Amino acid sequence: MARRFLIGCALLFMALFLLIPLLTVFAEALAKGVAVYFAAITEPSALSAIELTLLVALVSVPLNLVFGIAAAWAIAKFNFRGKSTLITLIDLPFAVSPVIAGLMFILLFGANGWFGAFLRAHHIKVVFAVPGIVLATTFVTFPFIARELIPVMQAQGNADEETALSLGATGWQTFWRVTLPNIRWALLYGVLLCNARAMGEFGAVSVVSGRVRGVTATMPLHVEILYNDYNYTAAFAVASLLALLALLTLVGKSFLEWRQPELRRTGHARDRTARGNQ
Amino acid sequence: MDAFAAPRPQRVLPGFGLTLGYTMLYLCLLVLIPLSAVFIRSFGAGWLHFYEAATAPRVLASLRLSFGASMVAAVINSVFGTIIAWVLVRYTFPFKRAADAMVDLPFALPTAVAGIALTALYAPTGWLGRAFATFGVKVAFTPLGIVVALTFIGLPFVVRTLQPVIEDLDREVEQAAATLGASAFQTFRRVLLPVLWPPMLTGFALAFARAVGEYGSVIFIAGNMPKSTEIAPLLIVTKLEQFDYEGAAAIAVVMMVLSFTIMLGVNALQDWAVTRHGER
Repeated sequence: MARRFLIGCALLFMALFLLIPLLTVFAEALAKGVAVYFAAITEPSALSAIELTLLVALVSVPLNLVFGIAAAWAIAKFNFRGKSTLITLIDLPFAVSPVIAGLMFILLFGANGWFGAFLRAHHIKVVFAVPGIVLATTFVTFPFIARELIPVMQAQGNADEETALSLGATGWQTFWRVTLPNIRWALLYGVLLCNARAMGEFGAVSVVSGRVRGVTATMPLHVEILYNDYNYTAAFAVASLLALLALLTLVGKSFLEWRQPELRRTGHARDRTARGNQ
Repeated sequence: MDAFAAPRPQRVLPGFGLTLGYTMLYLCLLVLIPLSAVFIRSFGAGWLHFYEAATAPRVLASLRLSFGASMVAAVINSVFGTIIAWVLVRYTFPFKRAADAMVDLPFALPTAVAGIALTALYAPTGWLGRAFATFGVKVAFTPLGIVVALTFIGLPFVVRTLQPVIEDLDREVEQAAATLGASAFQTFRRVLLPVLWPPMLTGFALAFARAVGEYGSVIFIAGNMPKSTEIAPLLIVTKLEQFDYEGAAAIAVVMMVLSFTIMLGVNALQDWAVTRHGER
């Protein structure tokens, strides 16, 4: 009795807040037929939004990947004072509103910003241009890969690497042949989540982009532009591509969690153990 | 970098200096310096200006709305998120794996997409909006719409925080309680709730923190009328568009300090709960 009631409650809530909104995206996108749908996603400004979104993710994700590996190596393999402060600082971008993330870069690189005059003198555009979008996206996705790698590398310990080194491997050989294979699933997991956020980020990018159609509009911004033009079908058509990306991300995430069940524990829960273990 | 010197002198693995140095450099350039710019800039026109910018009626109204709606949404999520986590761990039913994966949808779905989808659904012409309208309830373009969007955004935090805790629960304790004659409600109240409420609080805090800063999913459904349905992040954007950088920075600082204080409060409450529970 209680069982049925609880399952009913849970499923109703999930249907109302998750499933129906998701289905709405596809229903609205296809409301005027397949031809209109494909016209909306192949129109030049939509294509340039797709291109820009891919470009931004292609820069931001590798930047955070290199950082994530470096941070995890330092934090998981060595003991030093201030480690838990460093972990807290790495998580900081998660606690900052995306709008504030955008604001930071306007204050630094905007016309009235700290470096505004310098940038203008050298004809460099950061804000309201692609570099600003990349910066804001990189900030917002900053912790994703590091926080997946740190607990996994901590749990694995140093024994494998120490063995490799004692057998005569160089530091780089040890990293490429021992560490990287050990952390590959966690790495993929982090990249997957980082990429989903990078491609979907709206608030931070909206503040720094200037929203110029076909120039500085990423896919989420293009959705907003179309929506505010009352071009609902086209807005939902582009949105449906992002929804597909989200679904692919969820499938990939489930697959990786099946390969390595430890990945399932939430970042937060693992964080606590990571801090407790040092 | 004395504060980060290693206490153990003998290090077998290479790369400590390189990786920690790179981590610190990247962290400073991308996070710490830009964030400090917000704080410094907010006081750039003097304390008085900061105070005036932060306490203008329109600003206070937006802060009240942002924090209030986030609180309501986080409470809703704490209740239903716990039920969902419980159902996903303890029961089997068709499509359970799909339902479990779906919980992460708000993490994966871009906020703007969620925003327009929820608006289309809950607008007076929308599928659910029409249903609510028959009861005389308006959802979209009212504070209720903001709560809907923030509930969507915060749900996974509660579910994912509670799932591992429920998985680790010892079922024998519940069975023992039932054997000793406790009703289902008594078992819940006396056995489960003391263990569940600290992680519920964590989930609440995470959902709340995320909701306070949320922008993309809210602005479409909110209506964005000053003093009634204008959230604080939107007001920051508005100030920026008027080139009032100090005013925008001031709201940002108030938001960050307020959420940080609330997080500290929740942490303290949690520590208190854990010690009290442990002593019994």
